[in-house]
Amino acid sequence: MTIKIGVLALQGAVAEHIRSLQQAGAEAVAVKRVEQLSELHGLVIPGGESTTIGKLMRKYGFIEAIRQFAADGKPIFGTCAGLIVLAQRIDGGEEAHLGLMDMTVVRNAFGRQRESFETDLEVAGLDRPLRAVFIRAPLIKEVGPDVEVLSVYKGEIVAARQNRLLACSFHPELTDDSALHAYFVAMAEEAAAEKSVK
Amino acid sequence: METGTTRVKRGMAEMQKGGVIMDVMNAEQAKIAEAAGAVAVMALERVPADIRAAGGVARMADPTVVEEVMKAVSIPVMAKARIGHFVEAKVLEALGVDYIDESEVLTPADEVYHIDKHQFTVPFVCGAKDLGEALRRIQEGASMIRTKGEPGTGNIVEAVRHMRLIMSQIRKVQNMSKDELYNEAKVLGVPYDLLRYVHENGKLPVVNFAAGGVATPADAALMMHLGADGVFVGSGIFKSDNPEKFARAIVEATTHYEDYALIAEVSKNLGTPMKGIEISQLTGYDRMQDRSV
Repeated sequence: MTIKIGVLALQGAVAEHIRSLQQAGAEAVAVKRVEQLSELHGLVIPGGESTTIGKLMRKYGFIEAIRQFAADGKPIFGTCAGLIVLAQRIDGGEEAHLGLMDMTVVRNAFGRQRESFETDLEVAGLDRPLRAVFIRAPLIKEVGPDVEVLSVYKGEIVAARQNRLLACSFHPELTDDSALHAYFVAMAEEAAAEKSVK
Repeated sequence: METGTTRVKRGMAEMQKGGVIMDVMNAEQAKIAEAAGAVAVMALERVPADIRAAGGVARMADPTVVEEVMKAVSIPVMAKARIGHFVEAKVLEALGVDYIDESEVLTPADEVYHIDKHQFTVPFVCGAKDLGEALRRIQEGASMIRTKGEPGTGNIVEAVRHMRLIMSQIRKVQNMSKDELYNEAKVLGVPYDLLRYVHENGKLPVVNFAAGGVATPADAALMMHLGADGVFVGSGIFKSDNPEKFARAIVEATTHYEDYALIAEVSKNLGTPMKGIEISQLTGYDRMQDRSV
């Protein structure tokens, strides 16, 4: 069975995620309309500007549609802005977007663009360190009991999983290493298999 | 841990794709832009249309304006330095701006040399009229390219000309044989390695936005169709009757550039767009696009 993953294409680094997902063995499509969600096994919410993506999601009915997508047991992977969009709480009182993951995130937590960086990072579930690119990146300040911390950088949480929801502060789509995408595709495979057994 | 790497600098521009970057002159305008869904703002003392009207020498903005805008919004803030004026650029970097536009909209400080952009942690965007110019700027360290168009005119014709030319040159290079590539590098005045990247990948190694004359939602969508990764809107927004509505409309038209019914909807009752200038009325120094090669 071919696993089909959508990349939310309202704004941001869409093409890079599509390439990484294909590299990880999945079929990947850009998603611009809510009707497309029904044909997918999983969804990536890419990096970009979370304020822009959040606004356009509200405007086109994606908030409710993606909450339903998650309620149906389909996996979602948020990177950078996508992590902010998934969070239940945004530090500083900004209104949450999807509010699906039990965590508090801090936007632009590492500083401005001149403080952006790349580094090798250990991520639980991957057999080798990942080259992680942090661009005006957010971090996860605190997580609820159902959230598993997958990676920590200098004491700060930068990747986490809550059942079928995966989120990271950095940009795995900007390198040629598709290990984290493969991890997500495996989550989607597992969810799809479970569904067909039922 | 490394900062200012090519990947970090170019990656920042990748995150802006499909978005609109808006010129703003103060905190209030910056907030309007952010609320409308801009992916970044360009902090300026005057928009290009006003720079044209004022004449004289146009320089880097007053740092208080840049700081005011940086404090007002959470989205990235860009600012312009004069072509070749590496001290203005260092000042902007010290202020903490997220991107520097080495811009022909300001009066060039150097008629020969552009800034050596590799010497900076902060990324740069530069204007280009053709493929040669784009690759020369990338060789100097630009992490993002935009068409020059003709800023402050509200006339899309030059941005269209530049985007069409760059795209057709890319297609031509893609189909060249290796011996033709060596010669084309010489003809365009660009390094062979960069040209080979274009040959192999069919695109520039960095993001390419449209700029210089975008005045309506349909203009923005047109540029996306022609191959732009996103759009800069300078004078268009805050020279229109209803900046808030206008800004939102441009953002939506850029995201859904293939949805004509949606563009029709957002284009309704926007009021008068900026008056605009016919390009043939501009000669010599008033043609900002000719200020560098």
